[in-house]
Amino acid sequence: MKTYIAQRLGVGILTLLGMSLVIFALLRLAPGDIVDILFSTAGYVSPSEKEAIMKELGMDRPYWVQYADWLRQIVTFDLGKSYRYDLPAWQIIRPLLPVTIELAALSILVAVLLGVPTGVISAIRQDTALDYALRVVSLGGLSMPAFWLGMVIILALVSWLRWIPPLTYVSPMEDLKLHAVQFLLPALAVGYRSSALIMRITRSALLEVLREDYIRTAWAKGQTGRVVIWRHALKNAMLPVITVIGIEFAFLIGGLVVTERVFNLPGVARFLVDAILWRDYPIVQNLVMFIAIVVILANLAVDMLYGVLDPRVRYGG
Amino acid sequence: MAVRPAELAVGAELRPRAGAWTALGRFFRKKPLGAAGGVLVLVMVLTALFADFIQTHDPIATDAAYTLGPPSAEHLFGTDHLGRDIYSRIVHGARVSLIVGLASTLLGSVLGGIIGLLSGYVGGKTDLIAQRVLDILQGLPLLVLAMVVSAALGPAIQNVIIAISVPIIPRAARVIRSSVLSIREMQYVEAARALGVRHLRIAFRHILPNTMGPFIVLCTAQLGSAILVEATLSFLSLGVPEPYPSWGRMLSVSATEYAQKAPHLVLFPGIAISLAVFGSNLLGDALRDVLDPRLRGA
Repeated sequence: MKTYIAQRLGVGILTLLGMSLVIFALLRLAPGDIVDILFSTAGYVSPSEKEAIMKELGMDRPYWVQYADWLRQIVTFDLGKSYRYDLPAWQIIRPLLPVTIELAALSILVAVLLGVPTGVISAIRQDTALDYALRVVSLGGLSMPAFWLGMVIILALVSWLRWIPPLTYVSPMEDLKLHAVQFLLPALAVGYRSSALIMRITRSALLEVLREDYIRTAWAKGQTGRVVIWRHALKNAMLPVITVIGIEFAFLIGGLVVTERVFNLPGVARFLVDAILWRDYPIVQNLVMFIAIVVILANLAVDMLYGVLDPRVRYGG
Repeated sequence: MAVRPAELAVGAELRPRAGAWTALGRFFRKKPLGAAGGVLVLVMVLTALFADFIQTHDPIATDAAYTLGPPSAEHLFGTDHLGRDIYSRIVHGARVSLIVGLASTLLGSVLGGIIGLLSGYVGGKTDLIAQRVLDILQGLPLLVLAMVVSAALGPAIQNVIIAISVPIIPRAARVIRSSVLSIREMQYVEAARALGVRHLRIAFRHILPNTMGPFIVLCTAQLGSAILVEATLSFLSLGVPEPYPSWGRMLSVSATEYAQKAPHLVLFPGIAISLAVFGSNLLGDALRDVLDPRLRGA
């Protein structure tokens, strides 16, 4: 088990190193840099002025020096300085983190609470009208852009309930109820999509498990349907579901990017888009790297969970 | 003795080949949802092809006298904040969505397919290195990767296509590689090798055609997500630039601002995106059931 974790971590670190190269190279490909964008509104900038700014931001150094410097920063957990705000990046990102984490956690919760029961119902009632209806509804979740769903939710609230959701962030200290509503709506918009995937996997995994011998034994023993499904079958059907939740984690971040924007929540994901549009390299580099690290850790955690949940899974070593 | 499904499948293949129309009819009966998806995709293709004929107005002509107009006989889906006809913009948006969706799906799938074919066929160290590089690409969320690539390349329709295709590459490579791994060990491949057929020819002429089933399934499945990513990128103004009408951009800043006064600004483009993606997802699901029995029900 220990050697396995060490191996996985080693591969993970190599992957991250490769990612850092890709991210760094991609951002250097970009036509136009922060200096151009910062001064596109100011009109003409003399070449000497521009050079001074580039120097101040450390952008005049050769690429490999910039890259090495960035790697050193990552290793020492120094997130560098934002070009745009002229502030340490960490100072900007830290207050945004709780918003995104809360939204992500709520979305996963919504997705599981919606996805698992519908998947189970769909599997038990395979090929009935209910099964078809649930499958169409879940496929709808995969087809609707999360940001559009968010807009429609807001629109429905405004035009039917005559209630305008808070347009600025409400902290839980100020008004807990309003805060909960403010987060639940985007969590629904994002979670619906993820729930669709979870529902599909739950359904197919459960259908597979229900065909196994030990399930027939359970029925033969005269167990009630509820016990067979929820205690015997679902336990073994959960493994693929957990894998999907792990994979969904990466997709979720994509969903958050747009949803935070639509609901005007000051989160990391929305900030990432702004940083990309502003060519704020240090912020984009570090945020994308941070996302990559989170995704790799999430996958590792999922693999570890297998061993805990399913004693049949043993890691070599 | 009970008949196992595998034997049934073999029996099915022994049946004489039916004509294309009969096959299509059977598909409609067996997979009504998939057929519905096929019809949706077909409607989208036709809309894109004949956009110039079914438009009622010039999609980029503005009309200052009639901004944010509600749906009416003159403007079926109303007008936007610049007085442009939303129906005509959606019709033309189908063209942009389909071109970007198809082109990026094909580009990503073909590139990924070739990588998967070669790395699966060659095996060994090459395969291992290719897998690690693909891990790097796949480790990033699809949208984040597309966002960074699109921002890096700058706003242009061909750059959006490249940006969306990059995250598809590792997914395509995985699918093709796994089917190459099993096909590679088949006897007819061994026979070809014994006859002295060159490696490249074995890979492309003998193995590649047999990976077409999973490949088609992959493409239909990716088409929906490519359309979705295009809409999202355009929504974030990292996608298709003006003057092309794009569904995603129609939902962008202007729509969030005017949504309360003119809900049709939000509703119609979103419905168009959802239907297009829904159609290709339904079709993809059904095709997977038909063409790739190993994934059945997954």
